[in-house]
Amino acid sequence: MRNLRRLSIQLLPIIALIGALVIGALILYAQGVDIREAYTAMAVGAFGSKNGMADTLVKGIPLLLVALGIVIAYRGGVINIGAEGQLIMGAMVTTYFGVAYGDRLNPWVMIPILILLGTLAGFVWGAIPGILKARLSVNEILTTIMLNQVAIQISFFLLRGPMLDPDQIAQGTNVPQSARLPRVADLPRMQTLFEALGFDQTTKDLEMAEGWRTEFIGLFIDSSRLHTGLLVALLMAVVVYVFMWRTTIGYRIRAVGQNPAAARYAGINVPRYTVLALALSGALAGMAGAIEIVGLHHRMFEPTAVSAGYGFSGIVAALFGKLHPFGAIPASVLFGGLLVGGDKMQRAVQVPNVMITALLGLIVLFVVSSDLWARRRLERLEKEEVA
Amino acid sequence: MEELTLLAIIIGVVHSGLRLATPYLYASLGEMLGQRSGVLNLGVEGIMLMGAFSGFYVTLTYSSAWLGLLAAFIVGGLMGLIMAFVSITLQAEQGISGIGLYLFGLGISSLLFKTMLGSVEGVDGFSEIRFCLTESFCIADVPVIGEIFFRHSIVVYGAYLLVPIMWYVLNKTTWGLNIRAVGQNPKAADSLGVNVNGVRYACVIIGSGLAGIGGASLSISLLNIFQEGMTNGLGFIAVALVYFGSWTPVGVLLGALLFSTVNALQLWVQVLDLNIPSDVAVMMPYLLTVIALALPFRRMAKPAALTRPFQRGEN
Repeated sequence: MRNLRRLSIQLLPIIALIGALVIGALILYAQGVDIREAYTAMAVGAFGSKNGMADTLVKGIPLLLVALGIVIAYRGGVINIGAEGQLIMGAMVTTYFGVAYGDRLNPWVMIPILILLGTLAGFVWGAIPGILKARLSVNEILTTIMLNQVAIQISFFLLRGPMLDPDQIAQGTNVPQSARLPRVADLPRMQTLFEALGFDQTTKDLEMAEGWRTEFIGLFIDSSRLHTGLLVALLMAVVVYVFMWRTTIGYRIRAVGQNPAAARYAGINVPRYTVLALALSGALAGMAGAIEIVGLHHRMFEPTAVSAGYGFSGIVAALFGKLHPFGAIPASVLFGGLLVGGDKMQRAVQVPNVMITALLGLIVLFVVSSDLWARRRLERLEKEEVA
Repeated sequence: MEELTLLAIIIGVVHSGLRLATPYLYASLGEMLGQRSGVLNLGVEGIMLMGAFSGFYVTLTYSSAWLGLLAAFIVGGLMGLIMAFVSITLQAEQGISGIGLYLFGLGISSLLFKTMLGSVEGVDGFSEIRFCLTESFCIADVPVIGEIFFRHSIVVYGAYLLVPIMWYVLNKTTWGLNIRAVGQNPKAADSLGVNVNGVRYACVIIGSGLAGIGGASLSISLLNIFQEGMTNGLGFIAVALVYFGSWTPVGVLLGALLFSTVNALQLWVQVLDLNIPSDVAVMMPYLLTVIALALPFRRMAKPAALTRPFQRGEN
């Protein structure tokens, strides 16, 4: 019984998700839409086929990276709502160097360098509100939000001017987008990786029976949009876990987040770790942007279409994953699926996919609202156990 | 463009500066009310979008801009009720719950717009008052003064009227005393019999209603259209203006005027085709917010209990 009650606390995010889906169903009902048809279209669209799964994971990659950054910031006692801008800055810097120098070096060297440059850009963009908070006690929530808009406008300025695609100039269309990165600087697709490992047949060649197992294997050995950025993102989840829970610096970040006064008393330089938490949070968002460029888009275009709201949905994924790197993994897959499913639902039952944005908002409200209840319940359980 | 004299440009900039301060004023003064009572409502952007949509929709359907304004206030207040319940009763982390409310408002307003209206239509909103004393003489036609100050809609004047009202309520009424007490020291206020959470509920709901009007001021007075996400970060700047204005109505007014003037200049830079890229011009208000927040002169005391939920018997 006690374990069951503990479990119910652990499962709160799931309950929040169900709550949001129920309200979503009410909205669908009010629109006169067949709820079952809509939600089926959503689930099947996101997870029912290898193409759906590939799209889900492709969206899960930036979500996971952004969420990992949010985890660091939150654990460090700061709120980063600027992942959107940090992602854009990462994507811009990676694009700039990729277009200019992408084919100068061996791709094995070049691609990691490009990703690192984007990560660095995010680091810097995150450090600015960090320094403002640490030195001048400026509220980081507000500065990170404002810097999103600044990043968007800087990108538009560069994409309309210095970084404008020469083809656009030649055709006279002047759509604000950059040139394509040289193909050698493309992050390999998942299929390419598996081919190199010796799996050079597709599910068709193997004449596998239809079913979810074939679809799942096909995700890796057939042609799809899924790229190896997935592995980078998963690796980063492990890195963030080790960093935050197994190193001194990570411990200090968490100490500052939990109780700045006590941390200061223990001799920790609180401002320094505040800056670091926000900068690292930005770095992961910047990495997400860099990987979107080398792995998926291969060029920069309308900045808000590249960031695609990941800066906000990443917050939802981080909260849903209980602000733990490993919790963020399934949460990112789930929300990647929700985003993909929303598009599929729009096509199937003509409900605009902006409904997903509303659902994400509800999930945030539910998760943060249930915090108090969970804390009280946990306290009571612990008291009972002591007694 | 050459026939535009310097005077005409100045008149144009000041006139649109006064006009464009309207949404900032409603939203920021509303936000200030909530913050003075100790609640940081970061969902203003979402509330404004809901207000902008409901104001637009009701005005379009019932051909009454006043009804639209009322709808925006009510819908904004309902959004505020959600925020109040989540942050006061359930004591949720206010920085995050506000983002939830923002996403909710952004999603719902876009969804309703797409399903109920579908395309961008114009609406007959509030028109400008010209202060005509006789049939042939209107104050609006008086050179300079008339052109700047007497060609606005009632919604614009209402925003400026709200500044002294807010000042009076906060500083000269028992109600205002309670609000300030609850924001500074809820424990002491509670011991004197003030209903801490009741006051906070009222402030957040009324403040959100004003944010709803701020949104509607865009859709049924300044622009007379609705677009998805049309506030474009304005709600977040409104929150920043409260910090900038040191939690006082006059400070908020100065901040709103500064921002709207920068906005107006930025529009005129585009109209006059000056050699400044429009993206850089659009960026200015946001960059200015960051700089303004970092300036040391505005570092005044914020309400001591801001973002701290109140629970009797706990610190």
